[in-house]
Amino acid sequence: MRSSSSVLTAAAGAGKTNVREQVECNGDPMTSDECARRTGGPNLERTLRLAALPVTLLLSGCAGVQSAMSPFGVEAAATARLTWVMVAGAVLISVAVAALVVRAVRAPEGSLSHSGGMSLILWAGAIGPTIILFGLLITALPMMRQLPVAPNDLTIAVGGEQFWWRVQYRPTGAPPVEDANLVRVPVGRTVRILLTSPDVIHSFWVPGLAGKVDMIPGRTNTLVVRATKAGTYRGQCTEFCGLAHAKMAFDVVAMEPRAFDAWLVQARTPTRLSSPAQAGALTPPLHPGPGLRRGTEGAAPSGQALYTSYGCAGCHAIRGAGGRIGPDLTLLPQRRSLAAATLPLNPATLAAFIRNPQSVKAGVLMPRFAEMSDAEARAIAAYLLEPK
Amino acid sequence: MIGGLNRRAARLKATLWTLAVPPTVWALHFLFCYVWAAVRCAKRGPTETIGDIRIGIAVATVVALIPIVASGYIAWAQSRTEGDPPPHNASTGPDRLRFIAYATLLLAGLSFVSVLFVAAPALVFTDCR
Ligand code: HEC
Ligand SMILES: [Cu+2]
Repeated sequence: MRSSSSVLTAAAGAGKTNVREQVECNGDPMTSDECARRTGGPNLERTLRLAALPVTLLLSGCAGVQSAMSPFGVEAAATARLTWVMVAGAVLISVAVAALVVRAVRAPEGSLSHSGGMSLILWAGAIGPTIILFGLLITALPMMRQLPVAPNDLTIAVGGEQFWWRVQYRPTGAPPVEDANLVRVPVGRTVRILLTSPDVIHSFWVPGLAGKVDMIPGRTNTLVVRATKAGTYRGQCTEFCGLAHAKMAFDVVAMEPRAFDAWLVQARTPTRLSSPAQAGALTPPLHPGPGLRRGTEGAAPSGQALYTSYGCAGCHAIRGAGGRIGPDLTLLPQRRSLAAATLPLNPATLAAFIRNPQSVKAGVLMPRFAEMSDAEARAIAAYLLEPK
Repeated sequence: MIGGLNRRAARLKATLWTLAVPPTVWALHFLFCYVWAAVRCAKRGPTETIGDIRIGIAVATVVALIPIVASGYIAWAQSRTEGDPPPHNASTGPDRLRFIAYATLLLAGLSFVSVLFVAAPALVFTDCR
């Protein structure tokens, strides 16, 4: 709303300066608003053109990866449908009321009877709304019912933590898979998402998938979803949870079921490189930074060695080894973004984040490594971006 | 019989206290439904079916509608109290009575619908989810 009004003000301002401007108008010199009068108005045209901009922006805000208006899940689709029905109904009622007002104001005195007015109030003001509200209630209530879910359906446990998301896939009959800041769901299958939090209240909302559900410490809320369209989407924490709340988002990938199954198997299978015996053979990493290239001639410590010596494993786990305070980093190379969908994920952003997380995500609960050199940060980043 | 009932209803006096009866019943019905469902669901699992909760809400709804309909009926009878000439907006006893009775009648209508709306979810939901 703000953007549209400011653009309109700018448009009005542009119109004002034009008044004194001399312009060529069909060959004759004159002021622009005289010209506007003659030609039917470039000012109007310009205003319209400028006004079209915010409208387009507003509408484009309704599409995309994080929008309840472009649903990719069963529940969000029903909500969007209901929204359109309500919008259409509200417009209809507003127009009808406006028409009634015009009619009442224009009617000659004495032509409207008192009893007619009273029965209008009774029907349009009491009985009509009761019926409409009852209809809305009866259509909306079944939509609040949770999707049916079978014990064998996939369970994903998601923990909201200041200021990131712990994600654990719990397929039946197979070991769980740890991930963070990225939720994958198979298209067409019902998925049970268990939501909780170890610190403060967060709220899990993927607008295109389903309604929001709070994540409350000491409680587990269940959200049942079914994606209908493959693609990459986005979710966001929607309960203020601290300094970096606004930067607590996550990516959602809806995958074809077969691709999902294959991913799940691959995700829990360590790659050859990650076995500890071969860890020493890891250098040079896939994305060597400038400092490291220099270093490989000498005896610069590998990214993995730096990761260990800086104590990252105290908070982060890779393939089950390490702490659980921060996000699991095993599947980091497969993430779509960094630091809870705050930054694009590439060697440069990753290195910058590792050295000084506060600089890119204020309030983050990962310490700053002031003594770490840029080359070291790049080496660690390169190590983290290798498949584990 | 109806005539007798009407005469008895017209003899009762609508006051600000009786005006508050329908909304109060609505509030109590709401409170009961909310607390009853919350307590029963907290004691059992979320997937437990809720037959007894639905029966409880049905009974509470009937019990709540009786005083609402009754006060609406009494109010209706008294809103037609005779005595002063129309338009019934003078500060006289009969006009005041008509006004309070009419307001009570409208509130009874609102409360009636609201109680049904509050109970409607029990028609749709069959378990504690
Ligand atoms: C005191 C615990 C702690 C230590 C030590 C720590 N981190 Fe973190 N780290 C965190 C927390 C908490 C987050 C989540 C930040 C956020 O996004 O809010 C995080 C986030 C990250 C992320 C982003 C993960 C993602 O999914 O986007 C990376 C990468 C990372 N840390 C790397 C490291 C490296 C490398 C080190 C060692 C140099 C390290 N961390 C040391 C707590 C720690
Ligand atoms: Cu949060």
